[in-house]
Amino acid sequence: MQQIISFLDKNKLFILFLLLEFFAIIFTIQSHSFHKSKFVNSANFLTGGVYNKINNFKEFLLLKKENERLNNENVYLKNLLGLDSSNIVQRDLTHVDTLKYKQKYIYTGAKVINNNYRKNNNYLTINRGSNQGLESDLAVINDKGIVGITKSVSGNYATVLSILNVNSRINAKLLNSDHYGSLSWDNNDYNVVQLLDLPIQAAIYVGDTIVSGGKSTIFPEGIPIGTIKDFKTLNNNYEFINITLFNDMSSIGFVQVIKNFDKMEIKSLEEKSTNE
Amino acid sequence: MNRENINSALLFIGLIFLQIIVLNNINFLGYINPYFYIFFIFLYPIRKDDASILVLSFFLGLCIDIFSDSGGINAAATLFIAFVRIPILQSVIGKRDIDYGAMTIFKIPFPKMFLYVVILTFLHHFIVFGMEYFKWSKFGTILLNTVLTSVFTIILTMISFTFVMRKR
Repeated sequence: MQQIISFLDKNKLFILFLLLEFFAIIFTIQSHSFHKSKFVNSANFLTGGVYNKINNFKEFLLLKKENERLNNENVYLKNLLGLDSSNIVQRDLTHVDTLKYKQKYIYTGAKVINNNYRKNNNYLTINRGSNQGLESDLAVINDKGIVGITKSVSGNYATVLSILNVNSRINAKLLNSDHYGSLSWDNNDYNVVQLLDLPIQAAIYVGDTIVSGGKSTIFPEGIPIGTIKDFKTLNNNYEFINITLFNDMSSIGFVQVIKNFDKMEIKSLEEKSTNE
Repeated sequence: MNRENINSALLFIGLIFLQIIVLNNINFLGYINPYFYIFFIFLYPIRKDDASILVLSFFLGLCIDIFSDSGGINAAATLFIAFVRIPILQSVIGKRDIDYGAMTIFKIPFPKMFLYVVILTFLHHFIVFGMEYFKWSKFGTILLNTVLTSVFTIILTMISFTFVMRKR
């Protein structure tokens, strides 16, 4: 007993070091699994508040660019209004039963208050959280394309797993066919992501548009992602397909978070059929 | 609370804010951000069998981690260099030269002090990048990032040293 105590006393610094290092490594491992990083993330009251303050200042400097972007979006939407077929075809008097109308997605506007794009695992922080109806695993997009998927959510803030994260896998497909693959990032260029597992039957050309596929319950189908930059075939397979993003991930201002109302229904149905 | 403790506390908070507000957004040459917050460990008084530096450096690293969503990477690296700084200092200046009562970083002759800063910075950055990539195939990238970022951090550290020294 005496020896144990004197051993502990002699090595107490080393034991403290090992203990704290153990905690640090646990936090690191937790941050790599998708749902577990509850404690160390920037979606809490303190960090969210600090980033909000910093962002208020940065936003002021970027007002001009943001206005330009909003104006472009307005022009695009006004053009869509002009295309409305009801202006050409005479309206008929068929009554539309609005009670039968079903809303599948709800959009929540949010502002990015912290953005990483230079690291191996990049996260964004947005200023909306569970008080505004957000939860984890929701799609985050802006007018140019997809941004990421929400991860940790606190009262008023949420972190977003960026598409520029080596752990992110997003279902994507070609615009002109229904062949789909999954989107990942190899951590080389923040404007270029990779499309994996695309079957060789899908004929692709440089410049083809890639959009989100409808195979996941997170992203709605057809949200733009980017265009094919280059690709290489090897042994009758696509070795790699590089995609240039429409979004400039280094400058993300306002985003929309999409919640799928049918998600629970689809998930429970799928679970039921696999259990049977 | 004596003067030394208050100075340490101010330095602790100041370095965290400097790191997250300014230094994490520098992106020099596209991806180099100095991890200057380890300056805290260089300035912290050198005492024998001191547990406070271990606890403080752990929380310093953890604060940086919370703000940059990096799990516990910075906490692990900062804690490690806080633990090995005295053995390294002993081997750099020769074991007999350490007088713990009146030891500060400013009393070390410049070439030895520089070597000490270089070794600790390099170790810290290597652990940070090693844990971030965590793949043997990325060893070249890890080493390149470590060297480039270390150079940046060491330059900042040396400039800051001259400022702090002049004040004393």
